[in-house]
Amino acid sequence: MTTHPDPAVRENPGGFPAVPAEPFTASVAPQPGPVAPARPVEVVRHPDQARSAPAPAGDWSHGPDTVSRATDTPGELQPYAELGLRDDEYDRIRHILDRRPTQAELAMYSIMWSEHCSYKSSKVHLRQFSEKAPPSDRLLAGIGENAGVVQVSDELAVTFKVESHNHPSFVEPYQGAATGVGGIVRDILAMGARPVAVMDPLRFGAADHPDTARVLPGVVAGVGGYGNCLGLPNIGGEVVFDPCYQGNPLVNALCLGVLRVDRLQKKEATGPGNVVVLMGARTGRDGIGGVSVLASATFDEGSEQRRPSVQVGDPFMEKLLIEACLELYDAELVVGIQDLGGAGLTCALTETAASAGTGMRVWLERVPLREASMEPQEILASESQERMLLVVAPDKLEAVLKTAEKWGVWATAIGEVTAPSPDGQPGRLVITWRDQLVVDVPPGSLVDDGPVYARPMREPADLILLQADRAETLPRPSTAEALRETVLRMIASPNLADKTWVTEQYDRYVLGNTVLAQPEDSGVIRIDERTGLGVALSLDGNGRYARLDPYNGTKLALAEAYRNVAVTGAKPIAVTNCLNFGSPEDPGVMWQFAEAVRGLADGCLELGIPVTGGNVSFYNQTGAAAIHPTPVVGVLGVLDDVAERMSMGFVPRTGGDHDQLFLLGETHVELSGSEWAWVTHEHLGGIPPQVDLSRERQLAELLAEAVRVGHLSSAHDLSDGGLAQSLVESCLRRGVGAQIAVPEHFAGGSMPFVFLFSESAGRVLVSVPRGHEKAFTALCAERGVPWELIGVTDQAGGALEVRGQFRIGLDELRTVHGATLPRLFGGSEPAEAAPTGRGAAPAATTAASALTPAVDTPENDRAAAAPVATPADRVAPEHTGPAPASRLAADTTAAAEAGFTADAPGGASGQPVDGGHERVDGPERSTGPSGATEPDAGGADRSAVPDQR
Amino acid sequence: MTARVGVVTFPGSLDDGDAARAVRIAGAEPVRLWHGEADLRGVDAVVLPGGFSYGDYLRCGAIARFAPVMETLVDAARGGLPVLGICNGFQILCEAHLLPGALTRNQHLHFRNRDQVLRIEAAGTAWTNTFQPGQEVLIPVKNGEGCYVADAATLDQLEAEGRVVARYVRGNPNGSQRDIAAITNPAGNVVGIMPHPEHAVEALTGPSLDGLGFFTSVLKHLVGAPA
Repeated sequence: MTTHPDPAVRENPGGFPAVPAEPFTASVAPQPGPVAPARPVEVVRHPDQARSAPAPAGDWSHGPDTVSRATDTPGELQPYAELGLRDDEYDRIRHILDRRPTQAELAMYSIMWSEHCSYKSSKVHLRQFSEKAPPSDRLLAGIGENAGVVQVSDELAVTFKVESHNHPSFVEPYQGAATGVGGIVRDILAMGARPVAVMDPLRFGAADHPDTARVLPGVVAGVGGYGNCLGLPNIGGEVVFDPCYQGNPLVNALCLGVLRVDRLQKKEATGPGNVVVLMGARTGRDGIGGVSVLASATFDEGSEQRRPSVQVGDPFMEKLLIEACLELYDAELVVGIQDLGGAGLTCALTETAASAGTGMRVWLERVPLREASMEPQEILASESQERMLLVVAPDKLEAVLKTAEKWGVWATAIGEVTAPSPDGQPGRLVITWRDQLVVDVPPGSLVDDGPVYARPMREPADLILLQADRAETLPRPSTAEALRETVLRMIASPNLADKTWVTEQYDRYVLGNTVLAQPEDSGVIRIDERTGLGVALSLDGNGRYARLDPYNGTKLALAEAYRNVAVTGAKPIAVTNCLNFGSPEDPGVMWQFAEAVRGLADGCLELGIPVTGGNVSFYNQTGAAAIHPTPVVGVLGVLDDVAERMSMGFVPRTGGDHDQLFLLGETHVELSGSEWAWVTHEHLGGIPPQVDLSRERQLAELLAEAVRVGHLSSAHDLSDGGLAQSLVESCLRRGVGAQIAVPEHFAGGSMPFVFLFSESAGRVLVSVPRGHEKAFTALCAERGVPWELIGVTDQAGGALEVRGQFRIGLDELRTVHGATLPRLFGGSEPAEAAPTGRGAAPAATTAASALTPAVDTPENDRAAAAPVATPADRVAPEHTGPAPASRLAADTTAAAEAGFTADAPGGASGQPVDGGHERVDGPERSTGPSGATEPDAGGADRSAVPDQR
Repeated sequence: MTARVGVVTFPGSLDDGDAARAVRIAGAEPVRLWHGEADLRGVDAVVLPGGFSYGDYLRCGAIARFAPVMETLVDAARGGLPVLGICNGFQILCEAHLLPGALTRNQHLHFRNRDQVLRIEAAGTAWTNTFQPGQEVLIPVKNGEGCYVADAATLDQLEAEGRVVARYVRGNPNGSQRDIAAITNPAGNVVGIMPHPEHAVEALTGPSLDGLGFFTSVLKHLVGAPA
């Protein structure tokens, strides 16, 4: 493609006829087709003055459907139902306009009043985010803006938001996902910020479903293809599989931006006489009806015919657009700016005018087109990507066009801001196309006066039964051998398996400020090289929990994201969310939605951090089957100095030194909705783990303080898969093993299993360097956070060992953990390995970085690929079995010498003194029955653990 | 006198800021050069950074080689100016025929970002003279089209003349022939490297500090070079 507009065209003022007041300069971009001769266009205000082109009903061959024609043919049938408008909504449009809408107007109303744009079903609930918002002196822009903006220092602010692009990504995975990234990036850009990172929470159907093999690789390649080409590091996200997302994958994308506080941009089209400029890509037929056709309706048999509704992305154009916009901001050349996303030009024109109360006069034929034959309603509805709408003072127009030219993007003056009417009423949006008046509407009627529904809500009838079917009653592993196999099976299960196959398709290094990225709990980005100021971001959601209890399930998502930010040492300050649900027309779904919103609003109030913005995605439903309610919650935290951030990986120690491992928080028998219940029993039922946000807050404050004073060497959140998963991840991160002793109150029967796999909230695994344990446990006591010494790190052992239960070598863990995704989705090798022993770093490497992950696969790629075939569901390791007694004894001694026998003060608050952390002298072997599993009838879940046995 | 090292920004360059930071950390003054201007502003060396110049349309680096800055740069490089092309910069150097061969789509067809061990094979170039021959370094690799290919004669010649600057070890991330990660021209002043040394210059953000050696090498080279 041509990357530079032909400069010659600049000398031809043809495309832009004179307007009242001052003449405009020409667009720098060549006009499509033959350049229209310059001639004045009257600013038509009254429909009856407009020139009309009478035509037979339904036949536009004589020109577009004009305002005067609409006035003359009030009875003409219009396809409003096909466009997704209800009878009463159509009547309302006629009432607002006092005539039938023109075809272009009908298109505009149908997309602006669609669920996606108008939030008509969710509005009444979303109010709670404002009503219950805790006071914050950091919030510079909140709900209702393109993205929330939070001040993080005297000079700097960050803006972040997560959005969905679910429906397009099912229809066309690559472009759907790619343009999802592009859309959220422009939201961030519109606030005046430089985008600096992206994250992507993804959800797919069953991992082994054939369609997942179509959708996932396309989505991942799309997220990567767009983000990588834009030069934005991808620092985290989620990849979750569940059959409920079959046919309705969730592709959410978050973007983080940084701006100087005084660079905050507005969207208001203020200042009558100011020029309206369209900058970026040309407008094509892609994405027409994206919001109304795709995002606001349930999928059915005809989904595959909707491909033309999916937008097509050009990340190179977006990169140029970013640089051009940032240069405009720095030179203070724009009055207002708005991105073009869903609903395209229609949304941008109406929102900018409505928010300022002004009107707008637009010459639609000036919009640069990819296809000259496009009709006015198509131009207005197109969701072509990589476009921004600028409002520019006339004397700055030349400079704006010059900047656009420098970066090789099209910029075209397409209209001007007009004054509100003298009686104080807001101005009108008046659009002509080749001199014919096709739109004359009050912009606010599209933006603010859309329908609002208090849709019927009803708790799903099956919920009581579902909640009664508790996973705590399922048979549990109760022998050492069964536990070992469960660990291997769980870490290989698709949701818990290593996601390197996905994440290595994303650039995490670009811009050079990525301090932490996946698989860490949070992404951490340095935003000020001078001071080390940075932010941590995590996105979490658990559809199973939300299905079982949408109110607490949403609080659990919030708690997890909050905790993930806290483990880095950051202070959580703000929240964003993407609420993915089924059809709002289903009262059960609507109830789930209302409960989720209430849970999030209450949770944020309890944690004292505001919701700054978000996105709702309804109609994630195929036929009558809705997805699990899936609120994805993002929490942003601040780190005054990113050098202090904590990683999840155990730290290698020289000379046989060990760190002590502490489990913070309380473990209850909480297995309902757990990953274990799903993987081993395909069970979903019961009540999700209890969530106590005041305890989460205490925990976060403790972590921040402990990190600040240097008590910790690693910190890792416990969530899906429980302690076992966190231990494995912390071990594999840098190839450092660990020895764990099951506390006495978890001894016997299936209790070691509960210790390892319960998903109780509010827990964190930390490692504490020698010499800090007393001070650390004292701090826990002071902060009221329960703690328990559960083991030591063990670099020499090269294994994860749970005394009396199992010992699994890190190589085996790594192989099993890493093989699943390559096996499912192809690829030439198992996930990258970081072999222990074979060198944390090459001999000559400067081992200066505290981050240094161990090195890569030692084997040749292809050689390693062949033997991978450890099926996720049938792990039959060769060298299983408990370690020989002699070995165990030796290890016990080593651990004892390493300080495993705690000299920490006993009696920490909240944790009963039962000798559990007084001594570890040969942990008891399993005393359970000989069977592999032990049903725990009735298990007294939720009671304090020591009472269990 | 502080050495001045130019970093070229093409439309679509992404790692230009990172390259400039690496130059600064190495102790030189980064000078930003614009693709549309032929003037090299008197710099002592030039880095062509990673990214997707011109969207990688047509072929990676194929359009960038025609940028005004490249016309000047090609002549200067032939005259001995040290030039380091990283990733997309390597592709541009091949397209501009300053280096032989080409970079094609990764064999596994995926973009891949990982921390990669390289072995420095040629420690005599303007950009690698602070390394030991055979030294292993840890540098991030991230590319979709990093598979180095050339005909057998060219590969043989590169090896015979000691112009393979670095090879992938412990895993070849993209299928490059003979595990080639970096090569140089006969004079040793122009180096193209697929992995990203500029992402391994700070303990906080990189997997190692090994990348810094490429930038300190050129400073050493400049001190020794005749004015």
